[in-house]
Amino acid sequence: MNIIIVGCGKVGVTLAEQLDQEGHNIIVVDNKSSAIDSVTNFMDVMGIVGSGASYHVLLEAGIENADLLIAVTGSDELNLLCCLIARKAGSCHTIARVRNPQYNDEIEFIKEEMGLSMTINPELETAVDMAALIKLPSAIDIDTFAKGKVELLKFQVPENSVLNNIKVMDLSSKLHSKVLVCIVEREDQIFIPSGSSLLYANDIISIVASHKNAIDFFQKVGILVNSIKNVMLIGGGTLTVYLAKILADSGIKVSIIEQNTERCEELSDLLPNAMIFNANATEKNVLQEEGVEDAEAFASLTNYDEENILLSLYAKKRSKAKVFTKITRMTYDDIVGELPLGIIINPKLVTADRILQHIRAMENSKGSNVETLYKLVDNKVEALEFYARSNAKLLGVPLEKLQIKPDILVSCINRKGRIIIPNGQDHIQVGDTVIIVTTIRGLNDLNDILQQ
Amino acid sequence: MNKSIILHVLGWILNFEAAFMVLPIIVALIYGEKSGYAFLITIGICLLIGLPLALFKPKSRIFYAKEGFVSVALGWIMLSFIGALPFYISGQIPHFVDAMFEIISGFTTTGSSILSDVEALDYCMLFWRSFTHWIGGMGVLVFILAILPLARGESMHIMRAESPGPSVEKFVPRMRTSASLLYGIYIGMTILQILLLLAGRMPLFDALTLTFGSAGTGGFTIKNTNIMSYSPYLQNVITIFMFLFGVNFNFYYLVLLRKAKDAFKMEEVKWYFIIVVIAIVLISFNTGQVKGFFGAIHHSAFQVSSIITTTGYATLDFNYWPTFSKTILMLLMFIGACAGSTGGGIKVSRIVVLFKTIGKEMAYLVHRRSVKVIKLNNKKQENETVRSINVFFVTYMIIFGASLLIISLDNFDFTTTFTAVATTLNNVGPGLEIIGPMGNFGGFSDLSKLVMMFNMLAGRLEIFPILVLFSPSTWKR
Repeated sequence: MNIIIVGCGKVGVTLAEQLDQEGHNIIVVDNKSSAIDSVTNFMDVMGIVGSGASYHVLLEAGIENADLLIAVTGSDELNLLCCLIARKAGSCHTIARVRNPQYNDEIEFIKEEMGLSMTINPELETAVDMAALIKLPSAIDIDTFAKGKVELLKFQVPENSVLNNIKVMDLSSKLHSKVLVCIVEREDQIFIPSGSSLLYANDIISIVASHKNAIDFFQKVGILVNSIKNVMLIGGGTLTVYLAKILADSGIKVSIIEQNTERCEELSDLLPNAMIFNANATEKNVLQEEGVEDAEAFASLTNYDEENILLSLYAKKRSKAKVFTKITRMTYDDIVGELPLGIIINPKLVTADRILQHIRAMENSKGSNVETLYKLVDNKVEALEFYARSNAKLLGVPLEKLQIKPDILVSCINRKGRIIIPNGQDHIQVGDTVIIVTTIRGLNDLNDILQQ
Repeated sequence: MNKSIILHVLGWILNFEAAFMVLPIIVALIYGEKSGYAFLITIGICLLIGLPLALFKPKSRIFYAKEGFVSVALGWIMLSFIGALPFYISGQIPHFVDAMFEIISGFTTTGSSILSDVEALDYCMLFWRSFTHWIGGMGVLVFILAILPLARGESMHIMRAESPGPSVEKFVPRMRTSASLLYGIYIGMTILQILLLLAGRMPLFDALTLTFGSAGTGGFTIKNTNIMSYSPYLQNVITIFMFLFGVNFNFYYLVLLRKAKDAFKMEEVKWYFIIVVIAIVLISFNTGQVKGFFGAIHHSAFQVSSIITTTGYATLDFNYWPTFSKTILMLLMFIGACAGSTGGGIKVSRIVVLFKTIGKEMAYLVHRRSVKVIKLNNKKQENETVRSINVFFVTYMIIFGASLLIISLDNFDFTTTFTAVATTLNNVGPGLEIIGPMGNFGGFSDLSKLVMMFNMLAGRLEIFPILVLFSPSTWKR
């Protein structure tokens, strides 16, 4: 694909590097010639100096033949403008980084109206990732799809579990838990279970469920959920706000230490349920006084990598908490990797990862009605995203009444941004995005899932 | 410095040179010449050293600007050394320094010769001599880059060191596609010229060698009478193609993309065209009294396009021209062709920027607070670029002066000495007086020849890659 990347910051460079290696033709645009120089000197990409929001610069970059434009400059407005102009000048897909929380509340509208393929909010995405890691016990693997909105939770059924010898359709009646079993791996075999499939101990199963239901389910099944109740966050940036919101919503106690008094007041306004401390966390007794020893998770999220490293090292020593360290500059990642810093968080890498995922999915689904295609479980299972148009034959019919082919499962319905994990009574409407999990290859249309 | 990757690159250069030498062998077979064995021996030597070097995996793939400069400079020196072997082994040019001079003149697309009787050489040798022009014109490493992924992202350093011009740009994001496009245009235009020459009843061998000479803007001919003996039609075809090969190849790429409008807006090409037209008109008027006006235009057009593109063909001995016309030709030698073409010289874009720098300085002297950005093609030229053009010019002058001093030891007249340096440093070919279009460089001492060989390499690689080779800091750990 021909890809134009506007903005040569860390995200832009990471994307260029990765996409270049994957064999795409990359053109980078930035208005600093030094930034362009340093990229073109060590990568086989073309650089253009100029503003990405200028029609002429985009023409020079070949917008007419471009398949995709990614705007990742530091300014939200510039990113959106780039995408808007690119959309009108060529007919390419566009991806914009939009991080202002104010826009974030209206992102669906902006996306729709501006014809964006994807928007990404680094802090929000990172917060979602972190929250999932904090909330889930380590025995469970997470795979995400549907542009990161749906999580596939993978675990091994323990011996003596209630799941041993149970039919998939009995899960809800016997366990009273609402989860959808998507994939079963048994020894070398991988299959999509139907209602009458039996589960056994030692099967590795992947489920889709909302967080609450998942935790409930795991408790019933006998997987230890040592759920965390007490989290300490250092630094009150945007990432902290998003994270604290998600954590507070699932009933976790959050304490935040922030140095700036004014910011503390803002935080207290934004996060009524969180404990806000106005203090400098690097002063020795502050952490101790505010209870670092009792924290079950600890995240240092200030804007200074060095400070974060120090704080995390201290927390690791003083408590048994799950530690998270935000590190933005990855230059010395080999040295940092050797330190006991727990899980390293890098919003820029998360951003780049998400965009890459999107591009790969975009490329996989070229030339069919599939919106996106994800490969799961070592590429053996495909998750396909279809858009339900008015010609689909299965509209309005409850799923349990449909004659769906074996080895196909409707795992998720995205109705205007709301994720529905369907049971037999749910149905598909026009405008829904439907995610199908299957081991069958070559499905091209939503109607293909029905038996002829 | 990462020596292993440089050796690896050098190994590939040797292998490619071996492949290039297959062509003269074919020529030798066709004409039944025994001297073809010299090429076989040379190919053997190339592969013996080249194959192990190329197949051996380099220890690390690190490739920075330094490695780029060094591998290009060393590559060209090695290319010339090996390229001279067939002349020497076959005994066709028995003195090794002469053989080296001849082949460096070939690869650097200069076209200066030490031979007093060109026609005495075997056909395969003549073919090889001219073919080196064609290879050297666009660059060996660029050719290799089009075929092999030598150094992944960092291949820009090679391109920058080998391609002429103050700032090198790729057409498309991928270096390999870029290099292939460049060679695609080059090959396409070469074939077109061959066909047009054949259409004018030129023998195939002459058409091939003369086209190689004009495509690479080299200038080796295969006749003692240079281009004089060919028909006016053939001379005109060569005039036009010499001119075309001196145009920035970006121009053709834009035309291919059907952006002819943008192509004709290229400032450098515009100036190049203007300079050529003015020079033709002035020389025509100046020489017209002697030979009739249309004859004068025909000959002045040929000479002007031959000299400004630094090719060096001649349809007459311009030694007999009036001084005014000779001086114009000499100025054209210095100006040279466009950046990003196959021609040599200082390059039109550098000259344009230098003139604009003068304008900027004048404005600054009058209004101390004036701020002016130098633009080319309506694009801001970074201070770095302007500075490097200035430094290039100064270095160029210093090398010129030093060479002039050494060559004057041979005690030829001043015009000969001066134009000898000008013609080699600008990769033109002929000079004036003794080394005029009908003369040769055979009379110079070995020392002068060595200096001129250095000048030719420095001129082709635009000085700095060769100078970097002699800088101690390059070799320090």
